[in-house]
Amino acid sequence: MKLRQSAFPILTVIAALLVVWYGATIKMNSTWTYDQAARAGTEPSFSEVVSDTMQQSRPLLPAPHQVVSELWKTTVEKKITSKRSLVYQGIITLKTTLWGFTLGIFIGVSLAAIIVLSRVGRLSLMPWAIISQTIPIVALAPMIVILSNAAGAGTLLVPKAIIAAYLSFFPVMVSMVKGLSSPDHMQLDLLRTYGARPNAVFWKLRVPASMPYFFASLKVSVAAAFVGAVVGELSTSAIAGLGARMLIGSQFGEPMIMWAALFAAAILAGLLIFTVGGVEKILRRAMGGRAV
Amino acid sequence: MTDLTTSEAERPAMQKPVIDVSGVDLTFQTNDGPIHALKDVNLEINKGDFVSFIGPSGCGKTTLLRCIAGLETPTGGTLTVNGLSPNEARKARSYGYVFQAAGLYPWRTIGGNVKLPLEIMGFSKEEQIRRVRKVLELVDLEGFEKKYPWQLSGGMQQRASIARALAFDADILLMDEPFGALDEIVRDHLNEQVLKLWARTEKTIAFVTHSIPEAVYLSTKIVVMSPRPGRITDIIESPLPKERPLDIRDSAEFIEIAHRVRDGLRAGHEG
Repeated sequence: MKLRQSAFPILTVIAALLVVWYGATIKMNSTWTYDQAARAGTEPSFSEVVSDTMQQSRPLLPAPHQVVSELWKTTVEKKITSKRSLVYQGIITLKTTLWGFTLGIFIGVSLAAIIVLSRVGRLSLMPWAIISQTIPIVALAPMIVILSNAAGAGTLLVPKAIIAAYLSFFPVMVSMVKGLSSPDHMQLDLLRTYGARPNAVFWKLRVPASMPYFFASLKVSVAAAFVGAVVGELSTSAIAGLGARMLIGSQFGEPMIMWAALFAAAILAGLLIFTVGGVEKILRRAMGGRAV
Repeated sequence: MTDLTTSEAERPAMQKPVIDVSGVDLTFQTNDGPIHALKDVNLEINKGDFVSFIGPSGCGKTTLLRCIAGLETPTGGTLTVNGLSPNEARKARSYGYVFQAAGLYPWRTIGGNVKLPLEIMGFSKEEQIRRVRKVLELVDLEGFEKKYPWQLSGGMQQRASIARALAFDADILLMDEPFGALDEIVRDHLNEQVLKLWARTEKTIAFVTHSIPEAVYLSTKIVVMSPRPGRITDIIESPLPKERPLDIRDSAEFIEIAHRVRDGLRAGHEG
């Protein structure tokens, strides 16, 4: 019942997008078709134009079915050990994302704890954390790569994970600052009546009270880590990962490769968010929450 | 210490008060100037007393209770709890405190919530289990140990929070309008239960309320307070017997005391 209710609007949007996409494919690719026809001195009919725009090998905008078939070829039909396999490249991106995500959670939670527990921390860390997010990551990424290389950490996993963490720590930090300071006066007073030490207040009250905020931030954070990983791949001279495939596709004029990598990235990001949502649901139930 | 209290219990005339408030003043400094929350408050609460603080909002009844609990610090006068300063008494875990809202942790079961102070105070695992069972039985919540707070009604949640305050077995129970947010039928029922609990545990209870019938029904001593500045206008020793069925509220004595409380409140308001 629930599935059917949500399926209808989603399918409607997808259908509308497909219509627009096919329309745009015809419009954008027809210029090339007309040019070719003019050069050959022929006068193509409208149906000939339409069918040609759907099957060019290097179209301005590939048609949806072309992208799907490229996706199929590079995921299911290719061996996953091949560098042309999107599964192979996707695993690389996934690894970077998860490292960056983990690092981001760790940094975000630690900073939030310092900010909530100490006044000095609050005054000194918060402004810098906000400023850090105003610097375009594209400008910063090459510097991180160079620094990491100079520090002997290589140019592959480490700098890319740092870039991913740089984007993903912020949502966690902001939510956790809010979550750790969410207990009200009454709850804090209650623990004072027990003569509880700050340690107990933190672990028995602040941390569990912050969990809903934490989970809410994870979905944003994992998406940010993923974007960071792809940006990192674009900035590390395109050696591996889905970002590298996109760059190769665009540099070598292979739109199909670019679009297939783009869709693979979107699917992977969706899966990540879906997984985080699943984990959240399980933990929420373990913490006595009502089934939502 | 134990010897001292028993020997003193034999000589009630010489009994030292459990809570001794003398000449207590409390002024809050705010942006709109100082607010005189308590002015020259004198009060003795003896072992086993059930004392109610009653008065309109802003009369300082909650503030006085918080001073006794060591959650606020008076700006003048002396205040001792069990012979200690309120802060020392708080650290010695001399009292259990029940707040206006149950404030149970939604991520803990009822049993887990009652266990919270025991965990913080470092009771052993077996002792925790034993005590949780005992106090839940005391507030008629046996069998709800594994339920989560949202699965309980408001009255049951408040009972669980009373169990939590009783779990570590302090001699004093401080209750700040614990039934203020509940409907009258539930409130009557809980009042009856609190009296039974008091009789069984022989604790000293300080109870803040703004309901006249509640104060008269529960207390051995009613402290009438009035606002601006917060002060005590009348202290009424209740002649009602310790055994109090709900219909005692229709007796002439009950109505007379209620009348005196109402007069005290009115006088404070005009004064």
